[in-house]
Amino acid sequence: MIQQPVIQASNLRKSFGQNAVVKGLSFSVSAGQCFGFLGPNGAGKTTTLRMIEGVSPVSAGELQVFDFKIPQQAKEARRRIGIVPQMDNLDPDFSVIENLRMYGLYFGVQKDILEARIVELLDYMQLSDRANEKPDNLSGGMKRRLTIARALVNDPDLIILDEPTTGLDPQVRHLIWSRLRELVSAGKTLLLTTHYMDEAERLCDELLIIDQGVILEQGKPVDIIQRNVEKEVLEIRGNLHKVREQLITIDGVALEQYGDTLFCYANSLDAIPLQDLEALDLSLLKRTCNLEDVFLRLTGRDLRE
Amino acid sequence: MTYPYYRFPRLGPYALIIWFRNFRVWQKLIGPALVMHFGEPLIYLFGMGFGLGALVGKVDSMPYLTFLASGLVASSAMMTASLEGTYSVYTRMVPQNTYSALMATPIEIDDIMAGEILWCATKSLFSGIAIIIVASLLGAVASWHALWAIPVVFLSALCFSGPAIVIACFSPGYDFFNYYFTLAVTPMFVLGGVFYPVSSLPDFLQVMVNLLPLTHAVDIIRPLIAGTELKNIGLHISVLVIYVLVFYYLAVVLVRRKLIV
Repeated sequence: MIQQPVIQASNLRKSFGQNAVVKGLSFSVSAGQCFGFLGPNGAGKTTTLRMIEGVSPVSAGELQVFDFKIPQQAKEARRRIGIVPQMDNLDPDFSVIENLRMYGLYFGVQKDILEARIVELLDYMQLSDRANEKPDNLSGGMKRRLTIARALVNDPDLIILDEPTTGLDPQVRHLIWSRLRELVSAGKTLLLTTHYMDEAERLCDELLIIDQGVILEQGKPVDIIQRNVEKEVLEIRGNLHKVREQLITIDGVALEQYGDTLFCYANSLDAIPLQDLEALDLSLLKRTCNLEDVFLRLTGRDLRE
Repeated sequence: MTYPYYRFPRLGPYALIIWFRNFRVWQKLIGPALVMHFGEPLIYLFGMGFGLGALVGKVDSMPYLTFLASGLVASSAMMTASLEGTYSVYTRMVPQNTYSALMATPIEIDDIMAGEILWCATKSLFSGIAIIIVASLLGAVASWHALWAIPVVFLSALCFSGPAIVIACFSPGYDFFNYYFTLAVTPMFVLGGVFYPVSSLPDFLQVMVNLLPLTHAVDIIRPLIAGTELKNIGLHISVLVIYVLVFYYLAVVLVRRKLIV
């Protein structure tokens, strides 16, 4: 039996007045998948999420979440969705545990089920010893963990996370990543946005790379990497002038410069005379190509604000 | 595709959950709230009721203390609802993002607004009851019939909550509320029959003041507290109910337009 997709979007568009932000996105998110939107700032990621949540009207196109038409039936869809917004919007007047209790009440979760679930969630997000603290007294990482716990209080089938680890330290990021992977293993569907390549590569089964409201690439992270960049890359920093001339003559090497770094892409770096380069007192880094290379290549080198 | 921003609001039990959320926050801050609810009327009634009352004597064939206390019951409904509807609603809607957290649940703006307005009115009820208690201790209340004033306070406060929330929707920040309080609330407070009978105003002002809700609230609450004859009750109630319905609808539409973009 083919399962119906959790989210189905076709030719989704959004404009604010004359300003088109999302320009025809079509994608479908299958159940049990971690699906990611990867894109620079202003790509239309958050706007697309807001449309899916039903809090931003769709300008054109079709959008369906579970069996529900969005935004018409968004209220029904939201019963089965957990949302982690980019900006924490915890209730500052309530303690950690009260935040979870109130949210459970908003979803109409039965009291004894709710209390048991809250104990579990506090433990899961390592917040049990902070249960009676007010959100203002929590660190950024704890607030984010509480926001994630809050999004799970209704035991949702779909969890939407807008930049879940932006601004957090490495320990917290790893804790959150492992929790998110566990949720996927437990059969939940995740939809997340990020502009961190490592996050996208680690977590996502399927990726949509978007920029300026259009899809640039779509697929599994490994496939996307394979399709768009060579196997290996040599990053060179230093006096690039001479090196460039020397390398440009080598067959099968593609050169690109972002900032002060020269990227030499090749399926095999064997053709590059590394000894000669080392003699030139340059800083060299040899590595396998990853999503970052795809991203730079697809979205160009301009700085985004 | 256009979003149904103007769709008629649907009311559900979720409004009570919003009310409950606000009630729980209020419970945490009950100390300062009670001092304000009881302290202010006590000062007004003592100071003005006895001080000014000694000079004025009787007004509309009742002691000035009774006249003033009954007016203050109505005006406190207005004040409490207006403060909660502007400053507190704005805080929840904008800087605190409470509404956006609520909109990630099955709760809709229709419910949020109904819950907020019910809550503003409930808070006004506390201050209204506080004044009635203080006034009766000072001997300014005629009989147990004054208890009928309580539901009227609730209705009046409902009718001041909507306009306050509408202002909160337009407001770019807290300072903006000065316009509303200076241009709408204070004129009603001073001209709406709280401190002296509206009949002592010039004719054109009387006409204007009679279009405003506070005057009608005072006209019902005063006879109930003073034990005098209630007149035109149908008219007064209708004016208040119309204000409630129109401004609830406006508040819902404006918040939809503000938050669903």
